[in-house]
Amino acid sequence: MTTTISNLIPPIMIAQAAFALMIVFTLGGAFLAVIPKNIVHNILGLCLAMFGITGVYLYLGSQFVAMMQLLIYVGAICMTFIFAILLSPPLEKEPPKRNKTKVITAAIVSGVVFLVMVNMVMSLKFEPLTDITRDWSIKTLGQLLMTRYFLVFEVISLLLAIAIIGSIMIASFVRKRN
Amino acid sequence: MDCLTTYLILGALLFCIGIFGILQHNSLIGMLIAAELVLNGAAVNFMAFNMFLSKDPATGQIFTLFIMGVAAAEAAVGLSIIITVYRNFKTINADAVSELKG
Repeated sequence: MTTTISNLIPPIMIAQAAFALMIVFTLGGAFLAVIPKNIVHNILGLCLAMFGITGVYLYLGSQFVAMMQLLIYVGAICMTFIFAILLSPPLEKEPPKRNKTKVITAAIVSGVVFLVMVNMVMSLKFEPLTDITRDWSIKTLGQLLMTRYFLVFEVISLLLAIAIIGSIMIASFVRKRN
Repeated sequence: MDCLTTYLILGALLFCIGIFGILQHNSLIGMLIAAELVLNGAAVNFMAFNMFLSKDPATGQIFTLFIMGVAAAEAAVGLSIIITVYRNFKTINADAVSELKG
């Protein structure tokens, strides 16, 4: 009898450990994205958080959205941020000191918002549906995008085109300051 | 792992960390990064409700895809504004850019 890893550890435990790892990636990355002063560390934290969210989406059953998350956020948005910091401020300059009262106020505000949200989530009872159809395929998504959500799809593509043209216009617009 | 509350709390945490980042960060790029976290908190909620409660399992995924599209557009426009601000003011500190006249 061969001993494989699934004989030693039950697969459900591996799945749970991987889920916990993804949660740790997400939250750790999110904290890294807001706490350090160096902006490059912030962006790398955002990459880590997006990678963790990709794993969470896999557990939520959608491979397609997970891959899109990885491609769009880690591949495109983080790279755009890195380009922007390469084009904007010199990094060797000392980052400005943080205002202590600002940080404390922000922590209090976000903490209160979080407590209210957790209270709300805990107080609601969600009835699980019994007759869920589990159709996660890309084919269904594509058909829905071309039929029921066609207008939204077109509006989003128009929005993206306008955003690209507009950002090129804004970035190339040089104003003389006197 | 297969309980709706876990995902909802994860989304709420992401949202609140994003709010914290927006409020306390000095530079404009840091604020934009935190805004991405806020959007992702909302997207995680969409996917979780889609998995556990929705009759039609494609709706939440499609909304998440739309959120990604809007986030990409927002990042592009925001970053180009930041580059222009840096060119004009030589700083991207949000407190220093307080002048609205031409």
